[in-house]
Amino acid sequence: MLKRVVIGEDLALLREGLVHLLEAHGFEIAAAVDNGPSLLKALLEHRPDVAVVDVRMPPTFTDEGLQAALEARRQVPGLPVLVLSQYVEQLYARELLADGTGGVGYLLKDRVFDTSQFVEAVERVAGGGTAMDPEVIARLLNRGRATRPLERLTPREKEVLALMAEGRSNAAISQQLVVSDGAVAKHTTSIFNKLDLQVSDDDNRRVLAVLAYLNG
Amino acid sequence: MNKTFTPVRHGFALVGLSLVQILVWSWVVVALTLLLLGVGVFLVPEAVMKQRRLAELSRRLSGKWSGVEIPSPYLPERAYPKSFLGQAERTRALLSDPATWRDMLWGVADPVIGIILASFAAVLPLYGIEGVLMPLIRAATSDQFNDWYAGIPVGEGYPASNAWLCVPAGIAIFALSRNLSPRLLHLHGLWTRLLLSPGSDTVLTQRIKQLTLTRADAVDNSAAELRRIERDLHDGAQARLVAMGMSLGAIEHLLEKDPEKARVLLAEARVTSAKALNELRDLVRGIHPPVLADRGLSDAIRALALDSGLNVDVQGTLPRLAPPIESAAYFAVSELLTNAAKHADPDRVWIDLRLEDGMLRIGVTDDGLGGASFDGGTGLRGIERRLATFDGVLALNSPPGGPTLVTLELPC
Repeated sequence: MLKRVVIGEDLALLREGLVHLLEAHGFEIAAAVDNGPSLLKALLEHRPDVAVVDVRMPPTFTDEGLQAALEARRQVPGLPVLVLSQYVEQLYARELLADGTGGVGYLLKDRVFDTSQFVEAVERVAGGGTAMDPEVIARLLNRGRATRPLERLTPREKEVLALMAEGRSNAAISQQLVVSDGAVAKHTTSIFNKLDLQVSDDDNRRVLAVLAYLNG
Repeated sequence: MNKTFTPVRHGFALVGLSLVQILVWSWVVVALTLLLLGVGVFLVPEAVMKQRRLAELSRRLSGKWSGVEIPSPYLPERAYPKSFLGQAERTRALLSDPATWRDMLWGVADPVIGIILASFAAVLPLYGIEGVLMPLIRAATSDQFNDWYAGIPVGEGYPASNAWLCVPAGIAIFALSRNLSPRLLHLHGLWTRLLLSPGSDTVLTQRIKQLTLTRADAVDNSAAELRRIERDLHDGAQARLVAMGMSLGAIEHLLEKDPEKARVLLAEARVTSAKALNELRDLVRGIHPPVLADRGLSDAIRALALDSGLNVDVQGTLPRLAPPIESAAYFAVSELLTNAAKHADPDRVWIDLRLEDGMLRIGVTDDGLGGASFDGGTGLRGIERRLATFDGVLALNSPPGGPTLVTLELPC
């Protein structure tokens, strides 16, 4: 069955672009709206497999889209939402992750340019996973005192941690770093030991644990 | 005991000040009279300045001793040449300053009314003591002593027991003075304020001067901001777009001849476009942070705290305020956090947000090294000046060893 998507984006050009892109990659567009109130309505009505939402939308051009997404997730826990924005803010990332149920993404709009990576991120969020922008993760990893325990990690482990925090699976990480699956597994175990985190076989749960750790 | 005798000291000092005042006032009058002969032009400015110094001292003491703060009313003086004409000009300016004439009025009235209030405050406790000591005084001076004490005749020809009656009266007066003397001093302060506080013209003139200054600062700041933005755009996004345009031109040519090379250039163009976007993002963040626009000050400061890399605890929620106020407060807090991270190395930072009586109050406290000052090149002076545009103020308390507490207040 096709995965159903609701798109919330006020720029017509980008909205159409997203529609075509996702249709071309085997998604079914349930609705494509251009403002906050209709987005919330569409999310609750269609209960899509995944929503792709711009933060800033009419009527007030503030964080309408994000608010609609958060509200929809309050009413339908775990409703998968991928938030796109011109900026990434740790505060917003935190709010999206706060309920701990996963199925959230938060990416810079430019990431759409890299079609395959973007579609992969939409798929991941639809599957209950996480897709955090590398920029969010970079800032999380670089928070001075709060992240001092990370100094115990080797540079390679830090790379793996960053990719893991973005929400990538072991397979994706090994591909990106051009190492074997086994090597990645060894790094993750070592990271979890060093940071005193519970090791879990479930990919999504593992990502959430890492993000919760980094969010302090 | 100290509390009882402080008014005595202060009272006598004020009486002394009033006596000096008579001399200075007379000197000003003499100088003014000599204006008729011309030489007064050289004497009046100095005499008026003496009068001002004395009045300033009275204002300060009124704040310190009587609890009545009196702002200084004088208009700022410009420099005048030492020549006759210069000094004549200065004399004219001083004499047209209403504060000068209020000082003169005070100079003649204070030695009458002020002196009475101050001397009562000073003498009352001592009078009480005299009553208590009356039997001793009577015994020591029995023959010559001829006086009344608080309505009790204790002189020659009256029974010696009268002197003992003075003891309870003295105690009562002494007890009363503990309460009354500070009040008399406060009254003295009010009296001083009546004549020495700035008149409404002066208040307005000072306000205009302050507005002119802060406006000039604001204009300078925004001009500097625009220059910075222009430079950032010119060296950053604009240059990258030019580079991208050139790459695209080259790609057009290479497309047929050398597709492999074209592909490499395309990848480069994409990296350049990402960099240009990043730079534009940073620039916009520096002009008007997105969270501030979306959510207002409380959440913007929370976002700032998350990004600061410090362990920051933000307390309080504010309603939406006027955008310029929000922006000014945001950038002030941003700089304070940067300062704390750079100079104080704190374990924790507390930010307290409050809106009371139309006044936005933000406290930023850290448990770092302390010893911050306005002069240490910490940028605190700059923050203070930018807040001044909004009539805001910055207070700093940072003993060496910490903690550092910075409070900013903005009317809104």
